Amino acid sequence: MAKFHIPRSNNRPVPLLEPRIVTLTVMMFAVLGLLSVRLYNLQVLHHKDNVEMADRNRIRLQRVPAPRGLVFDRNHRPLVDTKPSFDAQIVPEDSDNLSLTIERLARYTGADQIADKISDADEAGRPPYEPITVAERLGWQQVVALEAHQLDLPGVSLQITPARHYLYGQLAAHLLGYVGEVNVSDLKSHADYHMGDEIGKFGLERVWESFLRGDAGGQEIEVDAVGRRLRVLKEIPDTPGQSIVMTIDLNLQQAAEQAMQGKNGAFVALDPRNGDVLAMVSHPAFDPDIFGGGVKASAWKELMTDPNHPLQNRVIQGIYPPGSTFKIVDSIAGLQEGTLKPDTAYNCPGGMWFGGREYHCWRKQGHGTVELHDAIVRSCDVYFYNVGEKLGVDRIAKWSNQMGLGLKSGIDLDHENPGTIPSSAWKQKRFHERWYPAETLSVAIGQGYVATTPLQMAQVAAQVANGGIRYKPQFVKYVEGLDGNIAKSYPPVIENRIKIDPDALQDVKDAMADVVNGAGGTAHKAHLDNVVVCGKTGTAQVVGDKGGGDGEDEEEKNTPDQYKDHAWFIAFAPKDQPTIAAACIIEHGGHGGSASAPVIHDVFQRYFQLNPPPTAPAIARVLDNN
Amino acid sequence: MAAGDRRFILHFDWTLFILVLALAGIGLVSVISASYGGHKLLNPLVIRQLVWIAAGTAALLIAVFVDYRAMQTYAYPFYVLVVGLLIAVMIAGHATGGSRRWINLGAFHLEPSELAKLAVVLVMVRYLREEPPKGGWGLQHLIVPFVLLGIPAALVLKQPDLGTGLVLVLITITLVFVAGLNWRTMLVLAIAGMLAAPLSWHYLKPYQRQRLVSFINPQADPLGSGYHIIQSEIAIGAGGPTGKGFLNGTQARLNFLPEQSTDFIFAVFAEEFGLAGAMLLLGLYASVIARGAYIARHARDRFGALLAVGLTAIVFWQVAVNIGMATGMLPVVGITLPLVSYGGSSLIAMMAAMGILISINTRRYLF
Repeated sequence: MAKFHIPRSNNRPVPLLEPRIVTLTVMMFAVLGLLSVRLYNLQVLHHKDNVEMADRNRIRLQRVPAPRGLVFDRNHRPLVDTKPSFDAQIVPEDSDNLSLTIERLARYTGADQIADKISDADEAGRPPYEPITVAERLGWQQVVALEAHQLDLPGVSLQITPARHYLYGQLAAHLLGYVGEVNVSDLKSHADYHMGDEIGKFGLERVWESFLRGDAGGQEIEVDAVGRRLRVLKEIPDTPGQSIVMTIDLNLQQAAEQAMQGKNGAFVALDPRNGDVLAMVSHPAFDPDIFGGGVKASAWKELMTDPNHPLQNRVIQGIYPPGSTFKIVDSIAGLQEGTLKPDTAYNCPGGMWFGGREYHCWRKQGHGTVELHDAIVRSCDVYFYNVGEKLGVDRIAKWSNQMGLGLKSGIDLDHENPGTIPSSAWKQKRFHERWYPAETLSVAIGQGYVATTPLQMAQVAAQVANGGIRYKPQFVKYVEGLDGNIAKSYPPVIENRIKIDPDALQDVKDAMADVVNGAGGTAHKAHLDNVVVCGKTGTAQVVGDKGGGDGEDEEEKNTPDQYKDHAWFIAFAPKDQPTIAAACIIEHGGHGGSASAPVIHDVFQRYFQLNPPPTAPAIARVLDNN
Repeated sequence: MAAGDRRFILHFDWTLFILVLALAGIGLVSVISASYGGHKLLNPLVIRQLVWIAAGTAALLIAVFVDYRAMQTYAYPFYVLVVGLLIAVMIAGHATGGSRRWINLGAFHLEPSELAKLAVVLVMVRYLREEPPKGGWGLQHLIVPFVLLGIPAALVLKQPDLGTGLVLVLITITLVFVAGLNWRTMLVLAIAGMLAAPLSWHYLKPYQRQRLVSFINPQADPLGSGYHIIQSEIAIGAGGPTGKGFLNGTQARLNFLPEQSTDFIFAVFAEEFGLAGAMLLLGLYASVIARGAYIARHARDRFGALLAVGLTAIVFWQVAVNIGMATGMLPVVGITLPLVSYGGSSLIAMMAAMGILISINTRRYLF
C-alpha cells in the first residue's frame, strides 16, 4: 500500500476540501431546483397551452422544394428546365398484405429494392402513415399500369414532383453539370439543406447553386391521431430559383457536338473580344438526366469505371503536350525578347545535332533554309529548336505564363488543371535537378514536360487574335431575376495584357493564315470560302520520339489507334477583327491537320452562317497536294 | 483483500447501486416509448439497450472490486489511450448526421468522447491530489490542467461535439474549484471567460450558430433549428402534472421530437409521466449527487475525495445541460442524459464511473 499517496492524517483526511464540497453541493441542488421550477412552469402553469399545441401538432409541416431556376443559351433558348416526374409512393400502414402489394408494385413499375427502401425509412424514424417514395421517374406505361391496377395496390399513390430535365441530353454536359440528392458532406457545409433535397453537384449546376435553388415552400398537412394524412390546410409559397443565361450559343454548341461525334477529345470556342465561352465540348460525355431522382447504382458504376472517363471535362481537366501549337508561343516569346526577327533564317536539313544527339524534324528530308513565316506555315521543328535554344527555357516559361499557360484560367468550374510549364526553377523544385539545355529543345516544340489544357490553348489563339489581352473565360452572361430583369451580370474580366509589337503580331497572323490557306500549310481542311481562318496544327506525342510533325506521313496509317498521337488545332477568325477563337484536340486522332482542323472548320462555318462576316471576299483555295 | 471480503460485501454501497439501476430502468422505459412503433415493445433498439445495461452493470461491479487508488498509476496512460482514440476518430471515424464521433468495432460503435470525460476527471484528480500551497492554487498552477483539458476538448470540438466539449470544461472548472483555487484567480478567470464568449462565436459552425440564435428566438426558424426546442417544450408541457401514460405520448409517437432516444429522451419521459415522473427522475439524480458528495467528504484520501467530486460532476453537468436544453433554458447541444439515454458507450462509461464511486465509498472501511 505504501506506493499509494495517502496522507497520514486521522479519520478526517480531507478537511481542507470539505467547505468547497459543501458549497458545490448547494449550488448543484440550486440548479436542480431551478430545473424543477421550469418544469412546473411548463407542465402545470402552461400545461393547457402545450396540450393545445401538441394537438395542433397534428398539423405536420412538409417542405416543398422550390422549382429550380432554368438555364438558357445566349439567345434565351432553354437548355435545362424542369418537367413533372411521376413517382410511386407507398404508405405501408394502409396495406393489409404489404408483401403482396410490394410484389405487384415491383411487377408494374420494374422498381427493385422496394422492401429495402421501406425498412430503411422505418429505421431512419419514419412517422407512421408517412409515405415513402419507392420508384421515381416512372415512364408513361408504368403510370398507366399503376392507374389501372389501383385497386390491387392499397397504400400506393402517384406523386408528381418537378425533376431536372436537360433538354438536349448530353449537349454541353460538362458545362451544365448535374444535380443529385444531398449527401452527408453537403449537409455539413449547407445548414439550410435537408435530407432528400436536390443540390447541384457538378458544373454550372454546382457553381450557381445559390442562384438556381430558390427558397423552399411548405404545406401544412393535417394528420389524425395516428398520423394518417387528412388534408392540406395551408400552402406556404416558395420562391423559385433564378435563371441563368449562358454565353454559349445552342446552334454553335450543336455544331460542335456534331463535329466531335464519335471522337474522344475536347473542343472549346471563345469570343476573343471578351472571353465568352461560345461552345465547349468534352467527349465522351454523359447524360446528366440519369443523376436526378436517385442515380441507379449500375449506371453510376458504369460511368466511374469507363476507361474513357466520361465524367472528366477534358477542356479544363485534360492536360496534353501542346505539340506544334506551342510554336506560336515560341514565336511571340522570341519576337518580344528580340531573339527572333521575322527574317531570322535557319537551315533545316531534317534534324539538328545538340549535346551529342540528333533531334529530328518531323519532315525527314528537311525544310531547307526557312524564315519565321515559312517555319510556322510548314511547322518546321528544327527552326523552333533554334528559337528555343536562343530563348532558353526560363524565357519560354515567362511568356507561356504571360499567355496563361501553367496557370488556372479562372473559369468558374471545379477541378481545373493548371497544366505544367517547366522552367529551371520548376525542375529544381520538382526533381532536385538542374535544367539541361537539351531539354529546352523538346519544350520548344511543345513536348517534354509541357502540358496544357485545351482551354489554355484556345486562350493562346484568342490572345493572338485580340493582340495580347487574356480574358477570364466566362460561360454565364447574366443571372435573370424572377421579374425577368438582369439580377447579376458578369462583365469581361481582363486577367493579363501583354503588349505585342503590332508588326510582329501581324507576321504571326499572316503565317497562321497561310497554315490554313497558303501553299505548304498544314491545315487546309479548316479553309472557309468567305472568311480568312488563321490556325496552327499540333501533334501531341503519345509514344516514341519522332519529332513533332504535322504533315501526313505513311507511318501514320499503320499505327494502332491507342498509339496514335493526339491531334491539336488552334484557330481564330476572321483574320482581321477576329470574333471567334478555338482549340480542338482529338485523342489518338493522328495529325492536327487531318483530325482536328475539320472540327474547327465545321464549327467556324456554322458560326459565320449564324454571324455573317461584314464583307465576304472570296478566298482563294490553295489546292491540297496531300 | 481476502480478509476484507466479508466487510467488503457488508459495506457495498447498496444505496448508490439501487439508484443507478433505477435510473437505468427509467432509461429502458423511455427508450421503449421513444422507439415504439405500435407493434411490439422489444424492438432491436430496446434489446440493445438491455444488453448495454447488463454490460454496464458488469463494468460497475468490476470497477467496485478495483482498488481506486491504483488508478493514480493508470490515470496518465488511460488519458493517452483516450486521446489516441479521439485522434483515430478524426482519421477513421464513422460519421453520422454531419459529425464524426464513432469508431466502428463491428458489433459496437465506440464513442471515445464518452471515455474522454472519465479520462479528464482521472487525470485532473491525479494532478490536483497534491495539497495546494498556502493561499490556494493560483493562475500559474492552472497551466497543466489547462493543457490536459485543452487536448481532448479540442479534439472533441473538432468532431464536432459541442456538448461533450462543454462538459469537459465544466467538470474541469468544478474540480479546480474544489481542489482549492484561490478566489482572486477565480475572479480573473470569470472576467476572462466573459470577454472570450463573443470571440468564440467566430469558431462555431453555421448550424451551431443557428442553434444559439434559435435558442434566443425559437420562432425565428420554426421549421429549422428552432423546431427542436419548440417541439421538446411542447412535449414536456403537454405531459402535465401526471403525464399521458406509458406509450401514450403523441409527440414522440408522431416523430415530432428530434433525437428522441438520445439527446431528447427527457422530453419523451416527461410527456408520458408528467411532472410527477420528472420530479422522481430529478429526485433520483439529486440522491446520486448527494451520495457522491457524501462519499467525497468521507473519502480517506485527497485523491479519492476529488475523484468522487469529479465523477459526481459528470452526472450533474450532463443532467443540468440535457434537461436545461430539453426545457428550452439552454441552447441545443447534443448531450446524453446520464444512465437514461440510449447508447452503449455513454451507458457503460457512466455505470463504470458509478462503480468507481462505490469503490471509493467501500474502501474507506478497508484501510
